Amino acid sequence: MDYKFVKTTCPFCGCGCQMLLEVLDGRLIGTLPFKGAQMNQGKLCIKGWNAHGFVQSPDRLTKPLIRKNGKLQEASWEETFDTVASRISDIKTRYGANSMSFLSSARCSNEENYLLQKLCRAGVGTNNVDHCARL
Amino acid sequence: MTNSIPEVEDADCIFLIGSNTSEAHPLIAHRIFRAVGKGAKLIVVDPRKIQMTMVADIHVRINYGTDVAFLNAIMHEIIKNNWHNPEFIKERTEGFEALEETVKKYSPEMASSICGVPPDVIHEVARLYATSKTSNIMYTLGITEHSHGVDNVKSLANLAMLTGHIGKPSSGVNPMRGQNNVQGACDMGALPNVYPGYQVVTNEDIRAKFEKAWGVSLSPNIGKMIPDMMDGLIDGTVKGMYIFGENSVETDPNIHHVRHALESAELLVVQDIFLTQTAKFAHVVLPGAAWGEVEGTYSNTERKVQRIRKAVEPPGEAMPNWTILMEIGKRLGVKMHYETAEQVFNEMTSLTPSFAGITYERIDKTDIQWPCPSLDHPGTKYLHQEKFTRGLGLFHAIEYRPSEELPDDEFPVILTTGRRYAHYHSRTMTGRCAALDREFPRPMAQIHFKDAERLGLADGDSMKVTSRRGEVITPVRVGDVVPEGSIFMDFHFEDANPNWLLGTSLDPVSKTPDYKVCAVRIERQED
Ligand code: SF4
Repeated sequence: MDYKFVKTTCPFCGCGCQMLLEVLDGRLIGTLPFKGAQMNQGKLCIKGWNAHGFVQSPDRLTKPLIRKNGKLQEASWEETFDTVASRISDIKTRYGANSMSFLSSARCSNEENYLLQKLCRAGVGTNNVDHCARL
Repeated sequence: MTNSIPEVEDADCIFLIGSNTSEAHPLIAHRIFRAVGKGAKLIVVDPRKIQMTMVADIHVRINYGTDVAFLNAIMHEIIKNNWHNPEFIKERTEGFEALEETVKKYSPEMASSICGVPPDVIHEVARLYATSKTSNIMYTLGITEHSHGVDNVKSLANLAMLTGHIGKPSSGVNPMRGQNNVQGACDMGALPNVYPGYQVVTNEDIRAKFEKAWGVSLSPNIGKMIPDMMDGLIDGTVKGMYIFGENSVETDPNIHHVRHALESAELLVVQDIFLTQTAKFAHVVLPGAAWGEVEGTYSNTERKVQRIRKAVEPPGEAMPNWTILMEIGKRLGVKMHYETAEQVFNEMTSLTPSFAGITYERIDKTDIQWPCPSLDHPGTKYLHQEKFTRGLGLFHAIEYRPSEELPDDEFPVILTTGRRYAHYHSRTMTGRCAALDREFPRPMAQIHFKDAERLGLADGDSMKVTSRRGEVITPVRVGDVVPEGSIFMDFHFEDANPNWLLGTSLDPVSKTPDYKVCAVRIERQED
């Protein structure tokens, strides 16, 4: 039996409560408030207490999908990366860089947001990147 | 937020406006309750009798969308009674004369006829806010999600500058960010006009710095905001869209419009953890690893950069989002070679002065809020201490503009929307947390008991809500949380999603849609 705690930040609201993920044999089994955090001082709200629930949902996407003959079908990562890159390049060549746009996510990490805007700006050459802060 | 969350506890006066704090930011609400316990005066401005009003000294039950009239009247009273701070105005601000001129018109009596708040309550709120030693303004989307949201925000800034209640502990203007990393997404430059750290894309020196670091030439033109991207897909000026971790089909207003936009895309790439309603429209779906499966950082609403850590492996072939973005970037010829999320973070901080002093190692040991310009800098607990970002704080003279879609004979009821304590957005996550699903399994539109009686609706009955865009059916919760003539709907459930009903009236500057005031018709729905 392998039981451990991993310290992390709640994935829901902007409070940013600190919590411990309870892990048993490679599965998330619960969350606990982190007592030493100045922000939440050993408390979590109902969302934080249940945050681990969605991660291991059977509905998770586990394979890349490409639409072929009108249907989304499983594909390899190699094929998927190549498809995305070549179709973006194709749109850029035919209509110009500003005909691509990117929607980033207030759900995702700083690192991921940084890379998405870099991909948009340096990879495609447009500043058409936004996220839902204005929504 | 200009201030830190712990400072909330020590304010003498808290001016809470357009925030259902106990449901949307429970652990900040907790601080407000503590402040009240320590003797702080709490003013809650909200059309609804939300839980926060139960501990408030004053509940200002303002008419929907009339904040500017109300705030101008408060400033009118403050100036009339000499409660403003001439020293602060002189040293730290400009444009006061124009503001003074404008708010002169907004006597409490005049404003009262618009916002529905009695003149003596306006007077008392003005006195409490202005004369308390420390006063903290706190707000959320009840202020910004209007067709005049920017006016609302500027009016709050006016109020704080007029009284000098900014740039010190427990005194400031504090928007609480709704999502775990809205702050971070903005900080990282996921915006059409700025690179990371709010460095503007139109500045040549800044652009040159990024061009050098990334080894490419960059566009000098400001990009499109979300509503323009969606419209662009329809009118053909935008052909391809890459949607990362966002369920636009359910969370954007006017769902018909969004669906039409996504159907028009020549290329739609969606990167997510579930096959969301949005992903179903995609040509390519990229399965990302979720929270709990990756390393990284989020920035909370008080600008604190905090770690998230990997606890378990992603399912199947799902891959960390940063790896996916890197692989695509490489194929598009971008210099992107990282072995860890930390390396991505370090590249970002090397280009972003306000983050320059933040490292994984430092935030492991201590709390750091940006700006943090160097490795020996402790970070910044509250902003604008000595001066504002632009130097002098600028007053904006603002006139009240009514919301764009007001009730009329055909659509006589106001619909307002928001979230509930147990859920998050379109419930793709919280709906899959068993306990949260049990806690709040169905949508529930709040309706005033008099309106319910008129329509013959009992608690739990079904109601049909119709707007100019569409109709939905939802169960009702009868009570007195909403004022007569209005209903409140949460946006968590697919079938009863008010986004089918909302229009696309936008703030002219921020292009934020009006989620808070929409005209509808309501009737009983027989099962
Ligand atoms: S535990 Fe609750 S209050 Fe804390 S960050 Fe998570 S959702 Fe927000």
